[in-house]
Amino acid sequence: MSCNIEREPLLEMFIFETNQLLMQLEESVLESEKKHNYQLTIDEVFRVMHSIKSSSAMMLFNNISTLAHSVEDLYYFLRKEKPAEIDYGAITDLVLESADFIKRQIALIEKGEKSDEQPIDLTQKIKETLAKLKKEEIKTSPKVAFNFYQVNLCFEDGCQMENVRAFAVVHKLQEIASKIEYYPQNIEEDDETTEIIKKEGFHLSFSSHKTREEIEKFFSQIAFLKKLQIKQLNKYEDNKHINKSESKKEFSCCQKKNFISVHVQKVDQLLNLVGELVVAEAMVTKNPELAGLHLDSFYKAARQLGKISHELQDIAMSMRMLPLTDTFQKMKRLVRDMSRKIGKEVELEIYGQETEVDKNIIEHISDPLIHLIRNALDHGLENSMERKEKNKPVQGKIILSAKSIGGDVWITVQDDGKGIDKEKVVARALENGLIAPGEEKEMSEQQIHSLIFLPGFSTKEQVTEFSGRGVGMDVVLKNIEKLGGNILIESILGQGTIFSIKIPLTLAIIDGMTIKVGKASYTVPLTAIKQSFRALSEQIIIAPDGSESILVRGNCYPILRLHNFYKNITNIQSIEEGILMMVENDGQIICLFADCLLGQQQVVVKPLPKFIKKVDGLAGCTLLADGSISLILDISALIN
Amino acid sequence: MQEEYWEEEEDTQKGKYLIFSLGKEEYGIEIKYVTEIIGIQEITQIPELADYIRGVINLRGKIIPIMDVRLRFNKDAREYDDRTCIIVVDIQDICLGLVVDRVSEVLFISEENIAPPPSHGEKRNKYIQGIGKVNTGVKILLDASLLVEEEEVEVINEYAG
Repeated sequence: MSCNIEREPLLEMFIFETNQLLMQLEESVLESEKKHNYQLTIDEVFRVMHSIKSSSAMMLFNNISTLAHSVEDLYYFLRKEKPAEIDYGAITDLVLESADFIKRQIALIEKGEKSDEQPIDLTQKIKETLAKLKKEEIKTSPKVAFNFYQVNLCFEDGCQMENVRAFAVVHKLQEIASKIEYYPQNIEEDDETTEIIKKEGFHLSFSSHKTREEIEKFFSQIAFLKKLQIKQLNKYEDNKHINKSESKKEFSCCQKKNFISVHVQKVDQLLNLVGELVVAEAMVTKNPELAGLHLDSFYKAARQLGKISHELQDIAMSMRMLPLTDTFQKMKRLVRDMSRKIGKEVELEIYGQETEVDKNIIEHISDPLIHLIRNALDHGLENSMERKEKNKPVQGKIILSAKSIGGDVWITVQDDGKGIDKEKVVARALENGLIAPGEEKEMSEQQIHSLIFLPGFSTKEQVTEFSGRGVGMDVVLKNIEKLGGNILIESILGQGTIFSIKIPLTLAIIDGMTIKVGKASYTVPLTAIKQSFRALSEQIIIAPDGSESILVRGNCYPILRLHNFYKNITNIQSIEEGILMMVENDGQIICLFADCLLGQQQVVVKPLPKFIKKVDGLAGCTLLADGSISLILDISALIN
Repeated sequence: MQEEYWEEEEDTQKGKYLIFSLGKEEYGIEIKYVTEIIGIQEITQIPELADYIRGVINLRGKIIPIMDVRLRFNKDAREYDDRTCIIVVDIQDICLGLVVDRVSEVLFISEENIAPPPSHGEKRNKYIQGIGKVNTGVKILLDASLLVEEEEVEVINEYAG
């Protein structure tokens, strides 16, 4: 990492904590918006803003603390008064905007710059909203001392249609009370609630300015009433507890994770040290001077050491790996903001966010993803009108998913929009002189789709705030190529587009089988291996041109002698003496010929040193347990 | 404070050369490029590379390419023995191991004792920065930054993105 500025530990902590809090905040706010259950987050937002307020005040970042304070004020009101009918969308906007502001300031502070932007506009807006809320609250509920009641009603046995009766009660109650909550819910629609009411009675809680006697009178007028319990509460609290326990359950999905922040450099150092440790261990336990000695307890202890050091190595390796969760969560926010702004209803579905990739990839995947999603929203999805006409669901859908297949991570962005219009693409490419006239007739569908990655290409007539300036897709491709990956486009006109990003797991951990050829060792990704076997001489077919193939279960597969391919010197020349490894890529199968198998292990894929130009058939290299280097074979390149 | 410290270090390094030999000739390389000197160790060969790139080694978890300086200068190859050393250098952020016959000492050679490299007509030997004159004879001072051939650096940078 280039960022080596030593900051004060306190400041470092502040930055880290605040970022963490903001992320939590965003996640839960968006979650609650999706579920239309805003009560869930009020406490959370309040708590987060409160912590940010105090810590930023302590660090003398007054602009942040002022803003956090005003959001806190707003939520304090929401928490206390629980106004029923308010525009939560607008409030959510405000919270997110504030979070953005704080994030911006934190970013400035992180860079060592001065954060002096004043959130005047925002605080003003929040104050206005709060004032408006307060006014409404006063309007709907004149300043009368409120009494809170909890009522349990039981109807006479056999009166039937308990749910409808209960609903009638609620309806009537609305005239004299507010904030009515009842259990079971859904009484007007769900007939099964009848059973619950029969068994447990009908629970109501509400607030009213009427006295207890008046309330009693009200309920006693209900027909078929068997039992009536009225409890007057001084506070609203009791009920809130019920709410809370419910909300906790729902929240477990976005529980806070326990993190400490460690500098990447330290992790890398640790990784290297552990590597050295393993080498040193091998040097001790496999020391030539030990040969021939009878050392039972020594070997016992050595095995124990080996076990521990391998575990240590595993953990150190996994430390650089991060799930894509945070990156994907960011996209939720993006989709929400954009869909509000451009007025398209969009649902973002996320799959496989737990896929772990190297930190390096995380850092570079975000921008291209943002771009692709913006494109999908802006260019891909039609507006509601068009969607209705085409008999599509009004709400557009974007699917973001990640999975690791073989040695690659696939991240796909899929929309169910209008798809890419090939003719338009070709016309635009001709217009901009990106292809020569006539050239398009020879191009495959994939090639035409790829035209949109050329610099200076944009089919969108209008330049919008979000996309359409013609810079972008080429940058996306460049960014992905930097990671050694590429992008595939699949598109059906009228049905949608799929962008698949394929990134090799450089520096990631793969399961590999290590094979030996002469003195060299090579590692083959386990996912590519179909089987390893010793061949019999009668299975081998030698073609007139000298190329060898092998007949396995009626199928013929070409043999690639690794020692010939990589010019290794080995004594094992005949196929029967060595081992054949059947490997597959994209349905194509070949057999690699090697001396022997050395074993299976998890390896860290390291790129070859920059100084060495790309070598065909090599995906990188890795360190074996004894410190020697093994080259990782790129099966797809070998097959081609 | 820190800047001063750096300047000082820069100064102490200036004019110092690590002297190594290939056969009879002695060469010098500016000490500021040198990270460390290690003994020869098992080199993992990588196919399809120029002869003088012998392969890669594992230096404490870091994988670095190894260049045989003899082969780089079109000299005959020589069996590695226990005096063979790898000088690990860091040139323009490229870490590289140089295989040399032996490493002898670090010498201070002042600027006035450095003669410009001999030129053979127009073709100047581009790896040579100058000829250092010291009591015990002459040392060929290498321009380390040119060891990593210019065009090669470009290709590498492109590849590295």
